[in-house]
Amino acid sequence: MPVTSRPVTSADATRGGERVTARSLSLDVANSVRRKHPWRIVAVLVIAVLLAQLVQLLVTNERFGWPTVAKYLFSIQVMQGLGMTIVLTIIGMILGIVLGVVLAICRISKNPVLQATSSAYIWFFRGTPLLVQLIFFYNLSALVPQLSLGIPFGPAFVSVATNTVITPMLVAILGLGLHEAAYMAEIIRGGLLSVDPGQREAGASVGMSNARIMRRIVLPQAMRFIIPPTGNQVISMAKATSLVSVIAMSDLFYTVQAIYNRNFETIPLLLVAVIWYLIITSLLNIGQSFIEKRFSRSAKQENNSLWSFLTRRSGRRPVAAAGAAGSVPASVTEASNTEASNTEASVTERSDA
Amino acid sequence: MTQTSPIQHETDAAAGGPVLVAENVRKSFGDVEVLSGINLEVQQGETVVVLGPSGSGKSTFLRCINLLEDLNGGRILVDGRDVGFEVRGERLHELSGNQIAMRRRDIGMVFQQFNLFAHMTVLQNIIEAPTGVKGEPREQAVAYAKSLLAKVNLSGREDAYPRQLSGGQQQRVAIARALAMRPKLMLFDEPTSALDPELVGEVLATMKELSGEGLTMVVVTHEISFAREAADRVVFMDGGVIVEQGTPEQVIDNPQQERTRAFLSRFL
Ligand SMILES: Nc1ncnc2c1ncn2[C@@H]1O[C@H](COP(=O)(O)OP(=O)(O)OP(=O)(O)O)[C@@H](O)[C@H]1O
Ligand SMILES: [Mg+2]
Repeated sequence: MPVTSRPVTSADATRGGERVTARSLSLDVANSVRRKHPWRIVAVLVIAVLLAQLVQLLVTNERFGWPTVAKYLFSIQVMQGLGMTIVLTIIGMILGIVLGVVLAICRISKNPVLQATSSAYIWFFRGTPLLVQLIFFYNLSALVPQLSLGIPFGPAFVSVATNTVITPMLVAILGLGLHEAAYMAEIIRGGLLSVDPGQREAGASVGMSNARIMRRIVLPQAMRFIIPPTGNQVISMAKATSLVSVIAMSDLFYTVQAIYNRNFETIPLLLVAVIWYLIITSLLNIGQSFIEKRFSRSAKQENNSLWSFLTRRSGRRPVAAAGAAGSVPASVTEASNTEASNTEASVTERSDA
Repeated sequence: MTQTSPIQHETDAAAGGPVLVAENVRKSFGDVEVLSGINLEVQQGETVVVLGPSGSGKSTFLRCINLLEDLNGGRILVDGRDVGFEVRGERLHELSGNQIAMRRRDIGMVFQQFNLFAHMTVLQNIIEAPTGVKGEPREQAVAYAKSLLAKVNLSGREDAYPRQLSGGQQQRVAIARALAMRPKLMLFDEPTSALDPELVGEVLATMKELSGEGLTMVVVTHEISFAREAADRVVFMDGGVIVEQGTPEQVIDNPQQERTRAFLSRFL
């Protein structure tokens, strides 16, 4: 067993030189004889064979129709479908987050009516498949032929035919957004509950209103817990948009279906869709891992969080999303360095005054 | 450090009248009555130390004063006004959340667990409420924050985050944060109970200094020595009532009630 659990870096070797030389070099882990891993080699060989077969299939099987894939990959129709998929993802997510915040706050409020309403909403929208919800909304006119604004059981002020209001676009946005809100509400609620109640009390004790406590104290600290799972939700949402094809909404998937229904090139066009979905989700994955890295780093290094990145304003010190992290030696040394210089700075400041 | 006292307490408003009046305060959690009629007056500039065994309702009483808990009966006035209510005609009318928040500005509170805003630097912690709630200009708030930091011996730590500070330092920042609102009354709920023994002294020293400067304070603590040295009056609570009160000499050195004696004997 090594004496220290910290990895030995070159910096350590120079700084802590005596620690290295104090021991016999031949008994150093760095010079140890490493185990061989024969099974790893077998696994690599098996995978290589399978991969070669896959490549052969992709290249030699003409039914993949690569020329057709190439022809449609950037066609205007497909681009429009792709655009619609992206728009639906963004709007659905925004609606989901906004409504999710409201639902989460209702869920943890002291008002039992709000609590129950929020719980019922989440129960319903998480408990039924999105596909069913979409088709249900789409057929709302069968249930409610006229939408009217007025007094329940009393006179109506405005009244319109449901069919003229409920367009596929509206159904798609509402269906995706309302469904997403139920999931986001749970994520946000978890984030809010992860913030120590003492933080709220401290905010209240200095005279902050509840809204201000939420905005300035609780939400910034909850972000650390909310943002990573939200990234997963965005990726799910990008794929879930394909469901709107059942209500004739011309997203990416509906578009390729429309094309192959005409020319019967089913496989090549499905490949077009697959390629684009993979591109979207890969980009989102990269974005997510970037965000996660920023956040895990912000646990040690306060000024580089996404929150400060998002809320930074000129002439203002960034507000950092921090969290209760264990002791982190590196940042403590950093901090004491800056503190030393700060002390100097403020001393000069005061002698000026 | 050549520093003229920067602490600006609001001394004008309650000219003469008591800063805190608690009348027959009652509070229950479910069926359990935790406060069974507390009566207490605290005068301008007074330091009152509340002693009492665990579970006697000391924290609950402090939290009722700034309405972190609402009371079931009685009345609490700070600076002559009910904290959560308004007198209209013959009755008290409950205030809105925002109105209560407004009245809490006058009441500073220091918590056992410090409760500094974890995502803000020391300076941001201190100026958040003055700038955000009171609308003080930033420069003015920063200047006052720096003088308060000097007061609690933490000059130069403006940019540190709470978790980079020791418990004692965090608690002194928490005191500065509360003082930044220029409160008329400061409440301390066992401010040193979560600290390592060697850090207790620095926080008590800060509190003694504030007490000496005429800040009106109600302090719940188990530090008998602090009560002896800094208190104008010591209140002993047990079972949700005030059992005995008087000067530190009277209550600590010559307790009249058996319960007080039993409690104090544990500290000898
Ligand atoms: N939110 C609450 N819900 C239910 N019971 C509570 C709550 N807060 C306090 N109590 C109960 O009220 C009683 C008084 O609690 P309080 O915290 O005021 O005592 P204390 O005198 O501050 O004690 P300590 O010295 O341990 O801090 C205790 O029996 C406690 O269990
Ligand atoms: Mg207590």
